[in-house]
Amino acid sequence: MSKNYQPGPFHPASAMDYLPLPQLRDLQFQRLRAMVQRACDRVALFRQRMEARSLKPAHLETLDDIAKLPFTVKTDLRDTYPFGLFASPLTEIVRFHASTGTTGKPIVVAYTQEDLNDWTQVMLRSFAACGVHRGDIVHNAYGYGLFTGGLGAHYGAEALGASVIPISGGNTDRQVMVLRDFGATAICCTPSYFLHLIERAAGMGINFKDLPLRAGIFGAEPWTESMRQRIEAESGIKAYDIYGLSEIIGPGVAMECLHQAGPHIFEDMFYPEIIDPETCELLPDGAEGELVLTTLCKRAMPMIRYRTRDITSLNSEPCACGRTLRRIRRIGRRSDDMLIIRGVNVYPSQIESALLAVEGAQPHYQIVVDRQKGLDVLEVQVEVTAELFSDTVGGLEKLQAKLSRSVESVTGLRAEVRLVAPHTLQRSEGKAKRVIDKRKM
Amino acid sequence: MLMILKQLSIFLENKPGTLSAPCRALADAGINIQTFALADTQKFGILRLVVHEWEKARRVLLDGGWTVKVTDVVAIEVPDAPGGLASLFEVFERGSINVEYMYPFTAKQEGKGLMLFRFDDPDAAVKALQANKVSVVGTVELFKRLGN
Repeated sequence: MSKNYQPGPFHPASAMDYLPLPQLRDLQFQRLRAMVQRACDRVALFRQRMEARSLKPAHLETLDDIAKLPFTVKTDLRDTYPFGLFASPLTEIVRFHASTGTTGKPIVVAYTQEDLNDWTQVMLRSFAACGVHRGDIVHNAYGYGLFTGGLGAHYGAEALGASVIPISGGNTDRQVMVLRDFGATAICCTPSYFLHLIERAAGMGINFKDLPLRAGIFGAEPWTESMRQRIEAESGIKAYDIYGLSEIIGPGVAMECLHQAGPHIFEDMFYPEIIDPETCELLPDGAEGELVLTTLCKRAMPMIRYRTRDITSLNSEPCACGRTLRRIRRIGRRSDDMLIIRGVNVYPSQIESALLAVEGAQPHYQIVVDRQKGLDVLEVQVEVTAELFSDTVGGLEKLQAKLSRSVESVTGLRAEVRLVAPHTLQRSEGKAKRVIDKRKM
Repeated sequence: MLMILKQLSIFLENKPGTLSAPCRALADAGINIQTFALADTQKFGILRLVVHEWEKARRVLLDGGWTVKVTDVVAIEVPDAPGGLASLFEVFERGSINVEYMYPFTAKQEGKGLMLFRFDDPDAAVKALQANKVSVVGTVELFKRLGN
């Protein structure tokens, strides 16, 4: 043990985070085989796809053989709505969650009691990884309900022995009051909602730096490193990135440790792969591509090679924390959120960084793309917060020009910046709607 | 400093319906608008208001979700006669006092009108004006005249 070793955030459940790699790979393989067998026996769609490839569970001889298995995509969940992918009878299912989905029907996911226990464990390990422990007061502002965020964080924090404030989303003034009065030391919400809280608190004469709050567990929407810096500078807390998606389990698929060097995937539960989103070719660790996840223990709804659409890379370099779990690079974009404007590839995260580069700017924005006279037009709507608002027309026009220049320097595209009143853009308690594409393709 | 008045500025988008809502919110809270001005461009506007209880008004507007800024402004008595404004502006020029914007009060008293000025440096402006015997109307006197 090195002299620099600091007895870190540790909970008995975190032991799995440090499994030696040979044992971890063995465990993954054993669990994968059982999972594939179960899915083949119980899920018609998966069985048909295996049969179409003349594949049997027994054909899996090593962990690498996972690459032979068929992918699962989001439309599979829609096509089999609501219960078509369940591998457990309803008598064993104790919980449903659903994602709202921006178009059409929601996606339904289900959990057996064992699934809920597993989910609780990974959330517990998530909290432990960033130093939250028994005695902490956890302000849980993720929405409770069909969205997985609220209940997922709730069960994990409770199992850890922390004191949970199940405040859910909304009613920002009351959130600020409770945060201050209860003296919460950790908070769970989307990063954009946290910035909104800081801003609202300032309006009420409360500075987050004066509160005992020290850690934020932020997720459920893509965010950038500049947003992390902004959050930490304005609130004096440490901001940790948590990753998850309901199709896999909810939050707690991956979580950052105290070193904030990218979320560690709880690999004993979820097996990660990176593929080229165009060719579906498997890519090595370190290469950027689409994250594909396989649940290794899920009973009610096993997901095999689920294409997340999230673009990242797997980092197998050892982390200073000693965990053997591989890390994913911060997810700033999705394979399906890339915009092609006047032939230029643009990601919302680039525009977010550009806005945040301007002093006082908050990441409350929406990107509107339209086609006028055959030409793509990029408009970025930015909410005017108290910090940005100068009392003169000239001041606001200067701000507009500054934001517009910043977007142009990052994306290479001329952007019309439109200042809008605060709270007019959709606020994220689940996921922020960042892009409106009005073009008829 | 009692010579300095507090003005509230509200950011508005330039679209139908955005003007009435903040005024209605203030009305519902029993707050009377003493004077106001609207600065607008094609895309957005700034509504500037003077009210008696500015702290209460600010609270009402913040609660309603508006972006509000509090700015220091100065009320000045201007003779309601030819040359009244011209002489005042000459004082500004001699003292290098920079005016950002201005708008009037409707109240008039003994042949004198009241104007509201936003200076880039309100404190320095008040000093220079008083040295030139320009009548700056302080908060207490102003709201007395306006009937509060």
